[in-house]
Amino acid sequence: MVASIPTDNAPLIELRAVTKVYGTGQAAMQALAGIDLRIDEGDFMAIMGHSGSGKSTCLNILGCLDSPTSGSYRFRDFEVSQLTRDQRARLRRYYLGFVFQGYNLLKRTSAIENVELPLIYRRVPARERHRIARQTLASVGLQGWESHNPNELSGGQQQRVAIARAIVTGPSVLMADEPTGNLDSARSEEIMELLSRLNREHGITIVMVTHEPDMAAYARRIVHFKDGRIESDEQNGKAH
Amino acid sequence: MFWNTLLLSLREIRRNVMRSFLTVLGIVIGVASVITMVTLGKGATQQVATSIASMGSNLLMVTPGRRMGPGSAGSAPAFRVEDAEAVAREIGSASLAIPVASRSMAAIYGHENTSTTVTGSTNSFLTLRNMRLYSGRSFSDSEARAGAAVCVIGQTVREKLFGSQDPLNNRIRLGALSFQVVGLLASKGQNSMGMDQDDIVLLPLRTFQRRISGNHDVSLLQIQIREGESTEKAQRDIRLLMRERRRLAASEEDNFNVMDTKEISRMLTGTTQMLTGLLGAVAAVSLLVGGIGIMNIMLVSVTERTREVGTRLAIGALEREVLMQFLVEAVVLSSSGGLFGILLGLGASLALKNALMVPFVLDPTIVVIAFLFSAAVGVVFGYFPALKAARLDPIEALRHE
Repeated sequence: MVASIPTDNAPLIELRAVTKVYGTGQAAMQALAGIDLRIDEGDFMAIMGHSGSGKSTCLNILGCLDSPTSGSYRFRDFEVSQLTRDQRARLRRYYLGFVFQGYNLLKRTSAIENVELPLIYRRVPARERHRIARQTLASVGLQGWESHNPNELSGGQQQRVAIARAIVTGPSVLMADEPTGNLDSARSEEIMELLSRLNREHGITIVMVTHEPDMAAYARRIVHFKDGRIESDEQNGKAH
Repeated sequence: MFWNTLLLSLREIRRNVMRSFLTVLGIVIGVASVITMVTLGKGATQQVATSIASMGSNLLMVTPGRRMGPGSAGSAPAFRVEDAEAVAREIGSASLAIPVASRSMAAIYGHENTSTTVTGSTNSFLTLRNMRLYSGRSFSDSEARAGAAVCVIGQTVREKLFGSQDPLNNRIRLGALSFQVVGLLASKGQNSMGMDQDDIVLLPLRTFQRRISGNHDVSLLQIQIREGESTEKAQRDIRLLMRERRRLAASEEDNFNVMDTKEISRMLTGTTQMLTGLLGAVAAVSLLVGGIGIMNIMLVSVTERTREVGTRLAIGALEREVLMQFLVEAVVLSSSGGLFGILLGLGASLALKNALMVPFVLDPTIVVIAFLFSAAVGVVFGYFPALKAARLDPIEALRHE
């Protein structure tokens, strides 16, 4: 993987006329009907919209989990739409972090081992791996919980472990799919505080899908999706 | 790369100790039974071989009838003492040629009686059979010549008739007549066919013929060939001599059989080896069933772990890394099952060797083969589930409930 040198006004991510069609013929369903989107380094963007608006499809494409049917997706200097499955996996490994609604932690596996997982795929040596994972868990406020299994942690704590796992590799972008969807409002606010702190203090670019305006309010920029198109794209002056 | 995969797989196995154990149970049992069968089989083969070797490798047996075995002596005339004497005289390579006649009958002492083999032969019988006297003496020349009513008994007969009493100089009854016990043989145990060699009452041949059988028949000639002489040549010479003595025309087939102990040994070890192979094959089938068990559980495990696979793929695991992880998991499971099975099999063989009276013969080849086979079972039956996991679509997998 060739490291890229971003120039001042080169965007981190740029989508041009991206469409996504599921199925063929009569059963074809257009999930994205031509999206143009530019995301700069250090941005915190919330994607909102009703279910079926294409926001999840868009996040999957941005997260390199899926390929667009047509259009161009540039991530730094890579044309992602041309990449193979394995190349996309490598791109995820080195540049992206994921946080899911259901946490998706490995069962019966301690918090620290969960956080170490992406480092194992990056071939980080064991001692360094432990050190980094420990540090990252501390940075999300879970010092002392390293050896607990997910079933011994609260929902909020589990999502913190998941966030630690996503940022432990120092990714360029954190993709968050309804990160507060399973949490009560107090826990949700804690998670959002954590995410916006990561964005402010560590400069991690965040793309978050949510349908809760309260959560979207933490973002610097809010994009509304409707029927596979971008309905509105506005800066959020009231961002925390 | 390999260590990482191994690490991921070992963590996965550790997470599910109980399931992992049940998964490999089939392999454990399969390998254990193969090891037990083969180890005990090898032991039995070796036992047959050594007991034949203890009989002496340079022995020839001449029996009436066309082939060895029961019911074959029927029409063919028996031998005479003179046949043994002729062999001793005319076959230069024969160091001993003894006539043997025997019959199964009851031996009685006081209120005790036992069914035993009563054998008439010469003192050389003991030399040829590697039998030693425990106490007393063998027959004197005059006793042998006169057909005196004396006998030498084996340990089994002594135990049944006399218990702890000293049998020497007591008289036992065979049929209507009584015989004085002059000697007691040292214990020799079972022979290669599982016959108790201590269950014997030995009489001078003339005594046997006069007082027991009432004829001059000899049912077996045993011939010892001198060290270094060719048994094949002796076999040919004896055959010619016997044809001549039995006045067989050129067109007639032999009505006797000259057998080499090597032939008997080959026949018996061949049989035990075949049985070992057969039992081993049956056990190998159970290994195969164990492999299918692994595949079954691995498939279930892939379905159960769909979300986990999705997470790994999202984090950036390559298809082949997921494949390798599941494959290594299957191989680690099956080969540790194999290892456990080997230990269990060797333990079972050790436990059974006394019950079956078979020596413990460790065959390193079969241990290595069993281990490699169990690992191979993991590769073969783990591949399909692993491929299934690796091919999952990350988005679908992440949504899986």
